[in-house]
Amino acid sequence: MSEPKPDPTIEARARRGRNIALALGLVLFVVLVFVVTVVRMGGNVGLRPL
Amino acid sequence: MAMSPALPRTSAPPRWQDYVQLLKPRVMSLVIFTAITGMVCADSSVNPILGAIAIFCIAVGAGASAAFNMWYDADIDAKMRRTRARPVPSGKVQGSDALAMGGVLSMFSVMLLGMTTNWMAAGLLAFTIFFYAVVYTMWLKRSTPQNIVIGGLAGALPPVIGWAAATGTAPLNAWLLCAIIFMWTPPHFWALSLYTSEDYEKAGVPMMPVTAGAASTRKQILIYSLLFVPLCIVPVFTGLGGLTYLAVAGLGGLVFLVLAWRVFKSRAGEAAGERNDDGLYDVKGGSKDARNLFAFSILYLTLLFATLLAEHALGLPGVGVL
Repeated sequence: MSEPKPDPTIEARARRGRNIALALGLVLFVVLVFVVTVVRMGGNVGLRPL
Repeated sequence: MAMSPALPRTSAPPRWQDYVQLLKPRVMSLVIFTAITGMVCADSSVNPILGAIAIFCIAVGAGASAAFNMWYDADIDAKMRRTRARPVPSGKVQGSDALAMGGVLSMFSVMLLGMTTNWMAAGLLAFTIFFYAVVYTMWLKRSTPQNIVIGGLAGALPPVIGWAAATGTAPLNAWLLCAIIFMWTPPHFWALSLYTSEDYEKAGVPMMPVTAGAASTRKQILIYSLLFVPLCIVPVFTGLGGLTYLAVAGLGGLVFLVLAWRVFKSRAGEAAGERNDDGLYDVKGGSKDARNLFAFSILYLTLLFATLLAEHALGLPGVGVL
């Protein structure tokens, strides 16, 4: 059974939207890990023995 | 695998919004709300940035378990009016994509929550995802009418995770919040299933009205309501709730019991075709009593948690005689 073929323009627009959403998700992940690291380390930096 | 090979495929390519729908955003908003309540009720000083990231992780974890559920239940979702427009049964998103998304987001949410707060909270989140995806979705839902009673634990755990994220512990009061949601689930869900049981029957899901009948379900709704409402008062005695909470829980509880009694005395779930369209609230005949309890149960739980949240955020003292 042949599957219906999507419109190339709509297909490209949907793919672009998915790519942007994925990129934003990855950037968000990197930012979150960075922020968590800075905040969790931040309080301890001043307490370390000099 | 449970998925039907006959699921439809649409010609429209999947959009990013379809993937968002896999996460059940409305359920996610309830998870966020109860997790925040648990975190605030812990009365612990949490770094606001870490607290916000922890709530984000709990929400993403809930979304991951929803994606697993959408993947596994696509065959029965396709047979029910309430769920047939979901991304997988409607053919917008492939089941394998939903499975992959659930897996990736599970790992992401648990690991980041562990890094951000503590591994007890992360462990509880991992257990919640496992319980919803495997114990409830893959096992209980298709095998026993007690599916939503036991499976309700997954929906009841977010305040405990929020509490654990704030303090690293899960004391009695955290589990009391869990118990309130746990006992709320049966009357809430069975009230809905009384007027959607035709769908569940068609899909072969052994919901209580399908297996035990409408009369037995109405009786069990009343019994669970009689256990649930007094449980809502208990936080006043453990120091979790104050006088405002007592008033809300007491007055709302009375309304809840009146509505549950009306359902018990009604003929809700007995006649076919009392639901008018795909919505959850447009019903007629005896099902109106069930619809009223279903709608009020959402309002009551929201008010209970909102009051606790407000009391602890404003620093109002609990009564606490225990």
